[in-house]
Amino acid sequence: MAQVQDIEIRDSAARTAHAAEELCDMQGEKMVLNMGPSHPATHGVLRIVLELDGEVITKADPDVGYLHRGDEKIAENMTYTQFIPYTDRLDYLAPLANNVAYALAVEKLLGIHDKLPPRCQYIRVMCCELARISAHLLGLGAFAMDAGAVTVFLLTFTEREKIYNLAEAASGARLTTSYTRIGGLSRDIPPNWCDQVRQFLKEFAVALAEVETLLTRNRIWVDRLRDVAVVSKEMAIDYGLSGPNLRGSGIEYDLRKNQPYLCYQDLQFDIPVGTVGDCYDRYLVRMEEMRQSMRILEQCVNKIPGGGENKSKEPVNVADGKITLPSKQKVLSSMEELIHQFMLVTEGVNCPPGEIYFGHENPKGELGFYINSKGGGTPYRLKIRAPSFVNLSILGELLPGCMISDVPVVLGSLDFVMGESDR
Amino acid sequence: MNALESANKIKAKFGDLVSEPTEFRGEISLKLSDAEKIFDVCSFAKKQLGFDYLTDICSVDNHGETPRWTVVYHLRSTKNAAELRVKTDVSEEKSELPSVIGVWRTANWHEREIYDLMGIRFSGHPDLRRILMWEGYPYHPLRKDFPLAGKPTDLPGVAFTKVTPMEGGPFVTLPSGGDSIEREPRVRVPEGAERAVSDKRRISK
Repeated sequence: MAQVQDIEIRDSAARTAHAAEELCDMQGEKMVLNMGPSHPATHGVLRIVLELDGEVITKADPDVGYLHRGDEKIAENMTYTQFIPYTDRLDYLAPLANNVAYALAVEKLLGIHDKLPPRCQYIRVMCCELARISAHLLGLGAFAMDAGAVTVFLLTFTEREKIYNLAEAASGARLTTSYTRIGGLSRDIPPNWCDQVRQFLKEFAVALAEVETLLTRNRIWVDRLRDVAVVSKEMAIDYGLSGPNLRGSGIEYDLRKNQPYLCYQDLQFDIPVGTVGDCYDRYLVRMEEMRQSMRILEQCVNKIPGGGENKSKEPVNVADGKITLPSKQKVLSSMEELIHQFMLVTEGVNCPPGEIYFGHENPKGELGFYINSKGGGTPYRLKIRAPSFVNLSILGELLPGCMISDVPVVLGSLDFVMGESDR
Repeated sequence: MNALESANKIKAKFGDLVSEPTEFRGEISLKLSDAEKIFDVCSFAKKQLGFDYLTDICSVDNHGETPRWTVVYHLRSTKNAAELRVKTDVSEEKSELPSVIGVWRTANWHEREIYDLMGIRFSGHPDLRRILMWEGYPYHPLRKDFPLAGKPTDLPGVAFTKVTPMEGGPFVTLPSGGDSIEREPRVRVPEGAERAVSDKRRISK
């Protein structure tokens, strides 16, 4: 007895469709994962909308602005000096460097940026480099902690504490330093400050070496960082990266060397650059930058005009009564100084009309101030070019292709701070 | 090639569209009269003159003047550290100019920020959304006619829908012939709210 059996032979188009259906089942659906704004690895209020295929990121959309305070709008409504405390709160891990950047921008508008007294320049450089070490230490500690190395965080925070003490001794405040004034500083450094810096450098060299032994050749650390989130030279420039992130990609561009300001051309230091542009390179660049900052600080404490005690009474402010406040003694005894004091406090430093841009090499990158002045004591428009804002814009391109577990490492290696990004 | 030579080359290429380069505090500025040509100028500056790095884009509100907007581009060459500023005016009616994302991708977020805070649109931008303020916010807060205290919004369930209390600053003493109460507005009353003292307190600078 014959048996009949149906055999189905599909045409090629139907077969392809069927295969695609099977493949689709295998791939599963893509998942959208919302990371942040309150996530421990985003260090602040960054939100990233991730589209995942399994564990691999296929699309990333960073969402910033949760910390927007309207600093630029506020700046238009106050005098130049009144805005200095707001700069503390931009990159709140390095307020001293922000103060210097802002003061230099306004001084450039006034045309006195190259007439600053040498002692003031040296103190400002020391402030910037201490801020750089402090910011890198926090960035590194948090970076390592996200990758599972909690010990590093404890070490770096011990050292940061010492920098806070130095900032307090100089400016009177640990975090909200507001140390600079237009044309100088709020006050000279205390007599034993340089010795304290020397002492700090001695202790810090030991701690940095210890961090180095914990991380640089650590198998887990290297495996998690190497070849992750590679930024090519072209990509780094195209996205306007700055600071260690730009140099990590192998571009030797540092505003301290390329457009020297303050007394940086009198100091010896090197600019470290990476070769590959991955997270590991960015880590190495930051480590070396801290060592170079130590070199700069050592030179500064030895070369500072007047020495630590300032026995020769070197000035720290520009000798111009229309820019810096006179001493209280003179205000109470002299007519002209009284008028200057009154005008400076009530109307602010009288700036000429014009527009300037000043970029400062901050720990996170290039902190730039564009000031558009119509004359008088308040800026008509003040734009803050925040390095973290620009550095974060690369995330949408950098994250796709990474694993989801790479995200904390990539964020840590970009080392951003939202206070500055969102302004 | 320094910034002035580059500026002169742009001037030679684009002729009357570009103003003579001006210098202030060692910075070279160029003014482009037709905002529609900004892409061409930027593209030329990058490809022919080596301005590979866009530092910043900024917008200025010339409130009360025409044209109302100025958009400022800060260009840099990483090879020879030359910097150049290119400015262009945009009228309030139009409030639109070409995007330069095709030249530098970093322009993406700068342009989104300008759109968000100043309300100038960039044609050809692939993703022109708000960036610092939240999606659906109705105003552009960096405009000069937007009050410092903010405006109430009627979005339900979103924070910051009321104006900010202004007690305690920020305040500026205004230079004028008035008495000290006039000149020292310790408390600036938000627009729309009832005013306790007289009303000549708009910042004129």
